[in-house]
Amino acid sequence: MPESILSVQNLVKRYGDATAVSDLSFAIAPGECLGVIGPNGAGKTTTIRMCLGLTVPDEGTVTAFGLPMPRDALAIKAQLGVVSQMDTLDPDFNCAENLLVYGRYFGMKDAQIRERIPSLLEFASLTSKANAKPGELSGGMKRRLSLARALVNNPRLLLLDEPTTGLDPQARHLMWERLQLLLQQGKSILLTTHFMDEAERLCHRLLVVDHGKKIAEGAPRDLIRQYLEPDVVEVYGSGALALADLPLKALAARVEVSGETVFFYTQDAKPLLQALAAYPALRTLHRPANLEDLFLKLTGRQIREDA
Amino acid sequence: MSGQVNPSVWRAPALSWRWWPVFRRNWLVWKKLAIPSLVGNIAEPLMWLVAFGYGMGALVGKVTVDGVQVPYILFLASGSICMSAMNAASFEALYSAFSRMHVQKTWDGIMNAPVNLDDIVMAEMLWAAFKSVFTVTAILGVMLALGISYSPKLLVAWPVLLGVGITFSCVALIFNALAKGYDFFTYYFTLFLTPMMFLSGIFFPLEQLPAVVRDISQWLPLTNAVALVRPLFMDQWPVDWLRPVTVLTLYAVGGFWVALALTRKRFRA
Repeated sequence: MPESILSVQNLVKRYGDATAVSDLSFAIAPGECLGVIGPNGAGKTTTIRMCLGLTVPDEGTVTAFGLPMPRDALAIKAQLGVVSQMDTLDPDFNCAENLLVYGRYFGMKDAQIRERIPSLLEFASLTSKANAKPGELSGGMKRRLSLARALVNNPRLLLLDEPTTGLDPQARHLMWERLQLLLQQGKSILLTTHFMDEAERLCHRLLVVDHGKKIAEGAPRDLIRQYLEPDVVEVYGSGALALADLPLKALAARVEVSGETVFFYTQDAKPLLQALAAYPALRTLHRPANLEDLFLKLTGRQIREDA
Repeated sequence: MSGQVNPSVWRAPALSWRWWPVFRRNWLVWKKLAIPSLVGNIAEPLMWLVAFGYGMGALVGKVTVDGVQVPYILFLASGSICMSAMNAASFEALYSAFSRMHVQKTWDGIMNAPVNLDDIVMAEMLWAAFKSVFTVTAILGVMLALGISYSPKLLVAWPVLLGVGITFSCVALIFNALAKGYDFFTYYFTLFLTPMMFLSGIFFPLEQLPAVVRDISQWLPLTNAVALVRPLFMDQWPVDWLRPVTVLTLYAVGGFWVALALTRKRFRA
């Protein structure tokens, strides 16, 4: 068995009658990026909190760098970098001071931290903002500062809880680029996200969780192949919904209706597209199946009341 | 699989040197605002002192403390400096600590680094005590300038007032741990601290109180703080120092323990 950097075994966490995390196991190899995807309330953040020793699991174990959590929490955290869902930057400090003060929590000497600050700011594309306070930064800048802060101790493993939620496309792409750089440097990453393009782009392996349980695990492409037909034809426009009941249905392996759109999942889209040519008023979109399809297939299309 | 027992929140504090960078964090913020905050911290207590001390002092004349006649302004100054220590520590350990803990989520950020909650609570406690000593020092300076007391024993009063600051920080952190919002602290101030101000022999001697109230007063932390500090202002050693020191220590240690337990509970999600 290859040495894993983080290993989670049979983790269970209950809150009263509700089970937030149920018998969850996974491991991260050195240099690997593992993505945890799942709807709101699936137990992603609770899992991260247990990995950090902030929440004590009811059952199961967390081991990082060969050390048990929570017994060796401090030794483990010395080698971890964390970006939490909510920014916890110090509003009273500028960017450079935020890094300095955070480095001190790791027992680093001021001189040692100050030496790292310019490269950390450069990594976060914040060199020109060294003296700006978080309140003066955009959402993307704040997240990059949080990432730079998480790197102050040169960690081996990064825990990133929805690092790009709420960012505009430019800011997200810049964040992805930076995370890819970190992976190239050999760091390991545990990433939770709602964005399937993010998961597909960054993660070597994915864990799909729902209701605290692991419902699928594997490389993004493999998962799509395993669970889905390769092609999707989306049809929408007035009268589209009626198609789902017509003989046309037989041309697809699976048909789903969501709102005003009909999704045909198929091994071969050609006959279906030819048949659809008879309905010029409808709009069609032919595309390969993606992670979002997988996610929706596994976790359902319904909006969760409690989400 | 091995079940894990959630350790009791009442377990002994696990403290280490790691509180120090947290304390330094607060120091660095405060350094930026020190002068304006100094004005705020000492202006109000000095107004009380001048208005009451000189105004009321002219009406009251001398007050008898342990058989010794002292000017009212000395009586008031030695009591009100304890009140200032109490207020400064309480304010910092409530409003400011709550901002860092709950509003800014600073504590959550720190706990992602190798610093545990016990060390953070310790840092906040010592920080509030430090702020109170800072205020006390400034007020002492003004009192010296006004010539209210030149007792060399003020040098001893200073560390005693640090102890007073620590005591009230510890107690205030209990309420910080319980708070859902800033409004909660109004209860603490109006139901606990303000009555204590009037029952601790700051403005008038305890002998003025009915016997029952006086008995209660003997167990209030502020009364015990005044019992230690006032003689030092009069250039005397407190005759019975063991009892007030013990009571204050009990409040400090007990307060910290309870505050830590409740804070652990708050963060145990």
